[in-house]
Amino acid sequence: MSANYIRPDFDVVTEWVPKGASVLDLGCGDGELLARLQRERQTKGYGVEISDASVLACMERGLNVLQGNIESGLNLFEDAAFDVVILSQTLQATRHTEALVREVLRVGKSAIVTLPNFGHWSVRWQLGVGGRMPVSKRLPYQWYDTPNVHFSTITDFDVFCQEKGITVVRRAALAGGNQVNFLPNLRGETAVFQIRQ
Amino acid sequence: MNIPSDSVGFVSPQKIAFETPLTFASGATLDRYDLTVETYGELNAARSNAVLVCHALSGHHHVAGFYKDAPDPSKSEGWWDNLIGPGRPLDTRKFFVIGLNNLGGCHGSTGPGTTNPTTGKPFGNDFPIVTVPDWVRAQTRLADHFGIDTFAAILGGSLGGMQAMQWSIDFPERVRNVLAIAAAPKLSAENIGFNEVARQAIRTDPDFHDGNFYAHNVVPKRGLRLSRMLGHLTYLSDDLMGEKFGRLLKGEDYQFGFDVEFEVESYLRYQGDKFAGYFDANTYLLMTRALDYFDPARAFDGNLAAAFAKSTAKFFIAAFTSDWRFSPARSKEIVRALLANKHDVSFAEIESVEGHDSFLMPIPQYHALLRSVFEGIKV
Repeated sequence: MSANYIRPDFDVVTEWVPKGASVLDLGCGDGELLARLQRERQTKGYGVEISDASVLACMERGLNVLQGNIESGLNLFEDAAFDVVILSQTLQATRHTEALVREVLRVGKSAIVTLPNFGHWSVRWQLGVGGRMPVSKRLPYQWYDTPNVHFSTITDFDVFCQEKGITVVRRAALAGGNQVNFLPNLRGETAVFQIRQ
Repeated sequence: MNIPSDSVGFVSPQKIAFETPLTFASGATLDRYDLTVETYGELNAARSNAVLVCHALSGHHHVAGFYKDAPDPSKSEGWWDNLIGPGRPLDTRKFFVIGLNNLGGCHGSTGPGTTNPTTGKPFGNDFPIVTVPDWVRAQTRLADHFGIDTFAAILGGSLGGMQAMQWSIDFPERVRNVLAIAAAPKLSAENIGFNEVARQAIRTDPDFHDGNFYAHNVVPKRGLRLSRMLGHLTYLSDDLMGEKFGRLLKGEDYQFGFDVEFEVESYLRYQGDKFAGYFDANTYLLMTRALDYFDPARAFDGNLAAAFAKSTAKFFIAAFTSDWRFSPARSKEIVRALLANKHDVSFAEIESVEGHDSFLMPIPQYHALLRSVFEGIKV
């Protein structure tokens, strides 16, 4: 339960990844999601990570992990090499966001992107009323030490996809581990999108 | 001497005779040959725990442990001792580890310095040109000798990593894990260029006698020394050399001459002299040529992915940030070809300052990764 609460998006991603799919998890961290996908969805795939500690953690789980910076390109991978490319809580920390999304949709037949929703009411409250950059469990960083450089709301990402001709296959907004369907951009803490070219 | 508790301890080599002829890629044949090997740990009943360690340019079978009879046993440790032993990343309580000296070597296996039975003289330049696939075929016979159908893992750094990869290409069913460290899928023009300079240094030494220096009771020391000095420069990184030597002078001030002025010169001369004292010049030529010829994609119209198509092993590919001889980009070429086949592969780019030699260093992240690979192998 506690693990689910920390990463409720993993539940949705796991549900959306078809059984036996080939997956690429970009920014796979310690490999928790990749290991779960292997276990529950019999996927085959690879994680990409830049940090030494995370690469080691993935190796210790017996996962295929490739050390590298996803922002310097996905040129290790061929076109449409994967059924699903996963970007869980990674996109907001990338600099060349649009270029990366393009690369992701080149190597993946589809992609699942999870994002912290900057439209959540507590974020709006902290910034709008408190006048401070929001800090929360999902966004635990101060403005000066955050790795996150490109925040968006659920609506922002929808508009981004629309403008770039990217198809949103489905989306979910999550709060406290549950899906929220009413006012998702206000009530969702985390957003999960499945997109394709 | 005090032997660390996680060392394999005192070891001794064994020479294994092979009486079946071996035909090389060049068409040349050896009617018989010996391979000198060392083993550590015990082969289990299922013969499923064997690991082969392939050596690089100047390596040999003495991979781990110490020699009791060495002039100074405490200085006789194997060249990859820090990796292998009870409790070390390649744990000899779990694995049976084999190190060998390749054909053409100068540490006990049949090579250019060995007496050619048909002439009664050392082979010299008559010794067949060896290639990585030739070595691998000789190694399969070594596996047969021990009754090993399938290696749990084959690993090596640099030229050793090339042999490990070649196994997965030529004998995919005989290796479950391939660890290729600081390797490349083929040499670049620059790499070949360095090798050629080293070979020219040896071949133009008047004491080389076209490879038949044994008959003249001389050794082309000047050539060997130069080739090792050059080699050393390519194994190290600019940063490390800067850190280690900088512009440190041997004496108080400039002497305005061509004797050793700088520490780096002294170091290179020392390394060159040491090497020239024990290494066979013909072996050096053969080893560098084996490097030059290595190009598994060549038989597949240059398509490396096609070369790996039949491989079934799980791969661990690692490269070092300071290695400019076989840079991380070269390892990524291997990774890309493996990914194109959807093979199991992990890749690590390890921070280091020691250049190409990093693969021999006990860098904590590197050794932790190797440990995780070996711990994950079922035997």
